[in-house]
Amino acid sequence: MTTIVRAPAAPPVVDVHGAVVAYGERAVLRGIDLTVRRGEVVAVLGANGSGKSTLIRTVLGLVPVLAGTISLFGVDRGGREMRRQWRRIGYVPQRLGASGGVPATVAEVVASGRLARRGLLRPGRGVDRTAVEEALSAVGLTDRASVPVGTLSGGQQQRTLIARALAAEPELLVLDEPTAGVDSVSQEAFAKALGSFVEGGGTVLLVAHELGPLAPLINRAVVIHDGLVAHDGAVPPPAGYHADPHHDHVHPHAQPDQAGIWNGR
Amino acid sequence: MNLFAYDFMQRALVGVLITGLSAPALGIYLVQRRLALIGDGIGHVALTGVGLGLLTDSSPVITAVIVAAAGAIVVELVRERGKASGDVALALLFYGGISGGVFLATQSDGRSSLLSYLFGSPLTISKEDLLVMALLGGAVLLIAVALRPWLFAICQDEEYARVAGLPVRMLNLLLAVTTALTVTVAMRAVGLLLVSALMVVPVAAAQLVTRGFAATMYAAMVLGVIASGGGLSLAASYDTAPGATIVLVAIAIFAVMAAASALRRASRRRGKGREITALTARELAMSRPGGPGDGEPPDVILQS
Repeated sequence: MTTIVRAPAAPPVVDVHGAVVAYGERAVLRGIDLTVRRGEVVAVLGANGSGKSTLIRTVLGLVPVLAGTISLFGVDRGGREMRRQWRRIGYVPQRLGASGGVPATVAEVVASGRLARRGLLRPGRGVDRTAVEEALSAVGLTDRASVPVGTLSGGQQQRTLIARALAAEPELLVLDEPTAGVDSVSQEAFAKALGSFVEGGGTVLLVAHELGPLAPLINRAVVIHDGLVAHDGAVPPPAGYHADPHHDHVHPHAQPDQAGIWNGR
Repeated sequence: MNLFAYDFMQRALVGVLITGLSAPALGIYLVQRRLALIGDGIGHVALTGVGLGLLTDSSPVITAVIVAAAGAIVVELVRERGKASGDVALALLFYGGISGGVFLATQSDGRSSLLSYLFGSPLTISKEDLLVMALLGGAVLLIAVALRPWLFAICQDEEYARVAGLPVRMLNLLLAVTTALTVTVAMRAVGLLLVSALMVVPVAAAQLVTRGFAATMYAAMVLGVIASGGGLSLAASYDTAPGATIVLVAIAIFAVMAAASALRRASRRRGKGREITALTARELAMSRPGGPGDGEPPDVILQS
């Protein structure tokens, strides 16, 4: 197995400075700073279209930046050294990619997560199989391992995706809307899996619309509004207040800088 | 009387079996990527290679491999960019390929063999042809089977594969070049116009009854072998065109399996219909994604 060499004074796991991203003419991120340290669980919040999903896709290099610097584990994300760092990151996309109808079992999808730690063409070993089994059990899908993933519910598919990320035994999990449109049973299973990941020393960066059962895990919230960081600190009041997107809300105890966080669009 | 006692029939059989085995093994990745018809396009491009070979009196198989591989790389670069104009670019390439092939071949002495490359001609496979087919087919099989986990990963979720640090670009180009090799292997057996059928139809038939990717791949290879062997026997017995007969047998297998699995599903549904609980119905309703192209999820509030 590869040993991971840690720098004596651990650099931030994620370090973004002045990131600017545009889709065509439209600026989506207009100079964002974001730092995530080892062991933190950071939620990126914001309204639809605020740029929060773009932010984490930018961190992962799936969206090109026009300006700014991004480093992961203290390594320039665009540089050559990054090659050996990707295996430390587990990415959980919003939903299963649209596959072309060829069936794939849950175990096959989860095993593909293990490839990050398996050299090209190297046959799978016992340790790889164990990691896949553990990841499946962490999300409560052991009994579904040989079921085609396309026949699962949305929540179970989402759990398959987190298991895929966990199979690589990452140090940082990046999740894009992990609980969006997921049934409550799966949300609980999801929160449990994430909880034990954090207990084991893992770092989490997630984008959310609603925190739901994940709320107790979050250390810090970063609110993106109109492509800028509008808040970085404690988690804003629970989302239950905001169930109606058109509500005319008054927060007697809201901090001044939180105005416009939830109703801004 | 055994038709396969003749040398040329034995060569034909080995040739089509190599094709039936390797074409679906590679084709499954194209089907998964929703690029089922790309093999057809690469076949069109390969025809220019054939024309070039006929004109210059060199081996049409070798020139076809080179031109098809170059075409496949161009296709991959167009796909990678994800340009909206990609369709038009591909059309230019594919129809340019087929007309280039016809144009070049008709300038050469070998114009009469053009049809055998378009529709296949397994009965005229020579020893040298067979050697080349075995080498190329072996390479295709090796890549498709040994690299299955990695190729599966890039075809199933390319973005995830990139974040996992897999060499996505290299694997994509390898897949493109291997597609070109498959096309050239199949060219002698079923012809460039029918190549894509053997890459796609066995996979489509296999996935009707399988649950996993690896299982689909192996089942498709078995079906590909059955279709090619059976099709060639039929063609020899009834004196029909071998390439077309092989493809028709593959389609017949698909039709039978589709009917069988539809019947099986219908009978299972009748037995199971009442078991759907309120919870699964709710899960289903919640798992429905938002509108197309909508990056954000629907505003479902799950917290009370």
